[in-house]
Amino acid sequence: MRAASTFFYRRPYWYLALLLLPPLLWFGTVYLGSLFALLWQSFYRIDDFTAQIVREPTLETYKQLVTQPANVDIVVRTLVMALAVTAACAVIALPIATYMARYARGRVKALFYVGVMLPMWTSYLVKVYAWRLLLAKEGIIAWVFAKLGLMGVLDSILAAPGIGGPSLSSSYLGMFLVFVYMWLPFMILPMAAALERVPGSLIQASADLGARPSQTFRNVVLPLAVPGIAAGSVFTFSLTLGDFIIPSVVGAPGYFIGMMVYVQQGTAGNVPLAAAFSVVPIVLIFVYLSIAKRFGAFDAL
Amino acid sequence: MTAAIEFRGVSRVFGDVRAVDDVSFSVEAGEFFAMLGPSGSGKTTCLRLVAGFDLPGSGQVLLDGADVSAVPPFERNVNTVFQDYALFPHMTVLENVAYGPRVRGVSSPERSRRAREMLELVQLASQAERRPAQLSGGQRQRVALARALINQPRVLLLDEPLGALDLKLREEMQIELKSLQRRLGITFVYVTHDQGEALSMADRVAVFNQGRIEQLAAPRELYARPETAFVARFVGSANVANAELATKIAGSAAQPFAIRAENIAVLSESAPLAAGSVTAPGAVVAVQFHGAASRWQVKLDAGEVWSALVTEEDARALSGFAVGTRVRLAWPHAAAVPLSSASSGS
Repeated sequence: MRAASTFFYRRPYWYLALLLLPPLLWFGTVYLGSLFALLWQSFYRIDDFTAQIVREPTLETYKQLVTQPANVDIVVRTLVMALAVTAACAVIALPIATYMARYARGRVKALFYVGVMLPMWTSYLVKVYAWRLLLAKEGIIAWVFAKLGLMGVLDSILAAPGIGGPSLSSSYLGMFLVFVYMWLPFMILPMAAALERVPGSLIQASADLGARPSQTFRNVVLPLAVPGIAAGSVFTFSLTLGDFIIPSVVGAPGYFIGMMVYVQQGTAGNVPLAAAFSVVPIVLIFVYLSIAKRFGAFDAL
Repeated sequence: MTAAIEFRGVSRVFGDVRAVDDVSFSVEAGEFFAMLGPSGSGKTTCLRLVAGFDLPGSGQVLLDGADVSAVPPFERNVNTVFQDYALFPHMTVLENVAYGPRVRGVSSPERSRRAREMLELVQLASQAERRPAQLSGGQRQRVALARALINQPRVLLLDEPLGALDLKLREEMQIELKSLQRRLGITFVYVTHDQGEALSMADRVAVFNQGRIEQLAAPRELYARPETAFVARFVGSANVANAELATKIAGSAAQPFAIRAENIAVLSESAPLAAGSVTAPGAVVAVQFHGAASRWQVKLDAGEVWSALVTEEDARALSGFAVGTRVRLAWPHAAAVPLSSASSGS
């Protein structure tokens, strides 16, 4: 035992290797390995007549993805939804995270953190189906509008092209609300963490030099919170891009990327197309990150 | 002439801690004013009250004769050099310095020009395009100074500005700060817990203890004539005899007094005494060598441990004295400073 301790003390790399090897093996083979296996499938194609997978490297599936209007529609629809959800989450999260990080103390602060995390502890499916009931034609939201005599307002919102539908639960607007609700904690928590790291003296220094609170927020607090906003937005953006349950339970009938992956590798049996669709979010997130980096989102890290 | 800063019966209470307790004082325009005290003595809270980061619970804070008790920091013509410098990490040195003019709507070329001027003043012009993280502690300190001075404040507040620097740099910056203050003629309010810093730079020093000012005087006055036991100990590192100890030493009822270590001689039990000397017997506890002098810690028979500063020359007569050796401490009667308060200080 003592000899072993001495051995590892003198050779810290051995110690590190022993510590890291099992998780690296797990992560490397099971996680990344299966991901790459899936991605590799996207370079195969399906034979239209036999419905068999042709195991020869080809870009045929990608061609199908980017040329068929129905497929492009799915990508655009998902992308627009992901961007809208991310923007809405950022706008809603900013005041909440600012309050949690900079103003709340003691019990109030704990209460806010628990409040933000509590919804994440319940089943995702329960929440989605609960939202379907809330948004339904006879649901509580419609009931409140009716009680307030604002049914006309709701109807005219639902009549709007693109976002509307017969009821909230079968409209893109309803889907958007559910997405925002679901992913909001993933925006609030990294944002609050970033804001919490901004030293109080920087805010005092800004005021000391003559900046009004709004100027301090714009010039000091916000730029320093940007890495947190970027981190949160990667969560909300990628979660929306990949989700297939919310679009299939709530909202209009149009397909989303996640649903497409689910359907193509399942009932349709077109694994190459499913694989190609699952590459799309990865590419979009890379593009998103490089734009964020271009705008200096990670400079303050 | 109105005072640059005036406190009128100012108190600030946090929970049940009286951080600042009915404090009144005024600072003249152009003065180098130090607020000295241990941590938690209320000096930093007073500084925050001047800056406007904190508002007084009662009493008034006046700047140039105007009551600013409820005025927010961004409307006060006062700037601060923070203890941790508080430089904006996402801005370059130039942008940091130009921040004050920027939020006041000064045009971009004009504020750059002024920021470069300020960087010249603190000899950092060559570092303008760097980020604060790329600078040394001393350079950051200068950027913080330039940033605070660019608005041409009536009063510059410095919160332990040299605390994070090493000794040599600290001494250089002391000289530089003092000469900068003379050149610019701005009122400096300097918060520190280092009595050497306060004494060497300030025109006047306010000694804080437990939310109150114990004594406010010029450095020499403060050193030569401390009024309370706390000031005697904190500023002069003096030995303090409370009423009880003073009575034991004098042999009859006596006032509390302070006596500085350099005024005490260490003598053998049989050595002759000069006329007008006061003595107290004791035993050596420890001897610390400091170069030009040694500090002898002696436990008095009357109870307390006192220290005496013995020059190398005088120490020759004491060769062979070890821990435990019986000695007498002796000092001229006139060197003892009577104290107004018998409090034991901190």
